[in-house]
Amino acid sequence: MMNSQTRRVGAAEVFEALQTLKHEGYNVLMDLTAIDWSAAGAQAPGARRFEVVYRLAKIDPDTGNDNGRVEVRCFVNDSSAELRSAARLWPIADWLEREVWDMFGIRFADRPGIKRLLLYESFEGHPLCKDYPIAKRQPLIGPAAGEPANNPSFNSAAPTVKYE
Amino acid sequence: MTEDYAPAGTLTTQLDAALGWARKYSIFQYPFVTACCGMEFMSTAASHYDMDRFGAGFPRFSPRQADVLLVVGTVSHKIAPVLRRIYDQMASPKWVVAFGVCTCTGGFYNDYATVQGIDTIVPVDLYIPGCPPRPEMVLQGLMMLQQKIEKQAGFRR
Amino acid sequence: MSRDRRTYMLNMGPQHPAMHGVIRLLLELEGERIVSTEVEIGYLHRAFEKHAESETWNNVVPWTDRLNYVSPLINNSGYCLAVEKLAGITIPERGQYLRVISSEISRVADHLTCVGASAMELGAFTVFLYLIKAREYLYQLIDELTGARVTTSYTRVGGVKADMPEGFPDNVRAAFQLVREAVADCDKLLTKNRIFMDRVDGTGVISRADALAFGITGPFLRSTGVPYDVRRAHPYLVYDRLDFEVPVGSKGDNFDRYLCRMAEIEQSMRIVEQCFAQIPAGKHSLEASEMKDAFVYQDMGKQGETALLKKYKAKVDQTLQGGQRGERADILTGDRTMVMPAKEDTYGSIEGLMNHFETVMWTWGIKVPPGEAYVAVEGGNGELGFHIVSTGSDRPYRVRCRPPCLNPMAALPQLLKGGWIADIVATFGSVNMIAGELDR
Repeated sequence: MMNSQTRRVGAAEVFEALQTLKHEGYNVLMDLTAIDWSAAGAQAPGARRFEVVYRLAKIDPDTGNDNGRVEVRCFVNDSSAELRSAARLWPIADWLEREVWDMFGIRFADRPGIKRLLLYESFEGHPLCKDYPIAKRQPLIGPAAGEPANNPSFNSAAPTVKYE
Repeated sequence: MTEDYAPAGTLTTQLDAALGWARKYSIFQYPFVTACCGMEFMSTAASHYDMDRFGAGFPRFSPRQADVLLVVGTVSHKIAPVLRRIYDQMASPKWVVAFGVCTCTGGFYNDYATVQGIDTIVPVDLYIPGCPPRPEMVLQGLMMLQQKIEKQAGFRR
Repeated sequence: MSRDRRTYMLNMGPQHPAMHGVIRLLLELEGERIVSTEVEIGYLHRAFEKHAESETWNNVVPWTDRLNYVSPLINNSGYCLAVEKLAGITIPERGQYLRVISSEISRVADHLTCVGASAMELGAFTVFLYLIKAREYLYQLIDELTGARVTTSYTRVGGVKADMPEGFPDNVRAAFQLVREAVADCDKLLTKNRIFMDRVDGTGVISRADALAFGITGPFLRSTGVPYDVRRAHPYLVYDRLDFEVPVGSKGDNFDRYLCRMAEIEQSMRIVEQCFAQIPAGKHSLEASEMKDAFVYQDMGKQGETALLKKYKAKVDQTLQGGQRGERADILTGDRTMVMPAKEDTYGSIEGLMNHFETVMWTWGIKVPPGEAYVAVEGGNGELGFHIVSTGSDRPYRVRCRPPCLNPMAALPQLLKGGWIADIVATFGSVNMIAGELDR
């Protein structure tokens, strides 16, 4: 199965490390994700809350062989945009960074703007953080969480949906 | 269940009976397909289980031309306004079928992103639970919907 | 006469005519030419990763079914392989062959659905009906094997749910005969069809370098000429013992992707047939004198006949979970902390009962040692990766699913730029976007 080396770098050196790896032949950014260690207690590996993981691969275009995998990991706090965006190295990083922002609230510097990928703009909060309760709903339409459901199915004369 | 649709004092005339018969055998469905239930919807619509023998085989992909809104698959909060808008665009008489347990009650997705049952947004006429429902269940639901359509021909909807 | 170049914004979606699910394309058009596109996803975000953090290790398996819901068995296998890598267990050979067989049948169903749906959108409704009919035979096979047609939840951490039924290889061969006929018919209808080729030949072209820059894998990448397949590059389960080809295209257009998928259907069927030839025999044909019906066995237990309980085995159909003692060793690992014991042991001895309780009780359950693992399998769309983080408790700390269809969707603006509106349908169909996987 696949074995990959792991490199830990500081948040400020991530872009240079990725650029060096790209020059060494890691032509594919397989995945970019984050882990929120705040609920792990004693097992959290670093002092900072989030760990961002970049997963790179070296795919030979002619033979299709996978010549190596490497993981680049760094620890960040969410509030400041410490990580430089990798979108100029691999275009897929644009969407993957948007997803990390959407789910965790980690900002990336040096990119035009960031908006949510999977949720709607009026959603407040970043759901994959450990402090976001899973069933906390923010509906755009229909009864808000906690209100009794005045079901339109049974009340077609006075539907409760306010539709703009 | 089907007796509830005719309140006391209403006579179902021959015209209404004919209208009910015609409506129930010419269902133009709008398949609002989002997720895994779409696979069973495709199986039901295809040749093995064949919804076309019920007169419901021809989907109309414009809400203006459809009369049954088949909501198939999980409805998230992001797409809920779109669902409501499509329901509003349909002309009466119209019916809504909640296909799959995600549309009935939210399924096992009790989370921040899923509508806990589309009946909080649109009035639903038929619930087909299942994750996903087998095509036989869908066909039974379709037949129940046809009974409902037939009996409702006498009303203004 | 000066020309005013004015562009027109057209919204395509988020509700597409069936089959594709929910995606929004904001098109900037100049006449019928597409100047630029913006793709908006997330209309089926169902919080898979968040739910996985509050479910025990085995309970996540039904959630993985709903990721790529046209080939759910591949997702089941991928997730369980990742957890097993972290726990350091290898499942018995028969279990591995069963996972390969179920994954490949699922992959055929995936490609049939993709080709059928995209052909229907181009106007070939007959092809859709023929291929969905063929897929129906496969659904009946999956129903026999796992108990459900679409949402299968077949694998468990440590093996698979249950063995395959009697006569399953013959049913599979009969079904494959019919699938091959249907695929041959569709090949005759589409591959040299002038109308079809005008729509898909030369449209949606992507170069090798661009495909790799976007991290695209699977049939999309292979159509550009890169023969990368996770089953070859990082063989998992028993793929290193199986002989199959990896079809590769050259131009990177929609036609090459269609041909790649049709060729992969045949290769997957070859894999399943080889598996039936190689699979180690199971032990479910026991002597009749050794077996008692399950209710008789339970009665013996209630009456305290412990000596008889050790002597006999319960007669339970091999497709039911928790079957006989002997054959469970073929499909589930022997590590007692990871899997439930056979029902004879649960009902027949106190140690078995305790073992059963400890694997299913809330906050007890199976415990995976702390650490992280990433395992990728070849899904219908490419490299489907699962990154699992464990802190040693009975549930995952983080499950990340790397969706293979996110990459061609991110490349869609580039694929569509400069093309016609009519090309959108052909290109989007060949992406095989499955919203359950894309939005999770």
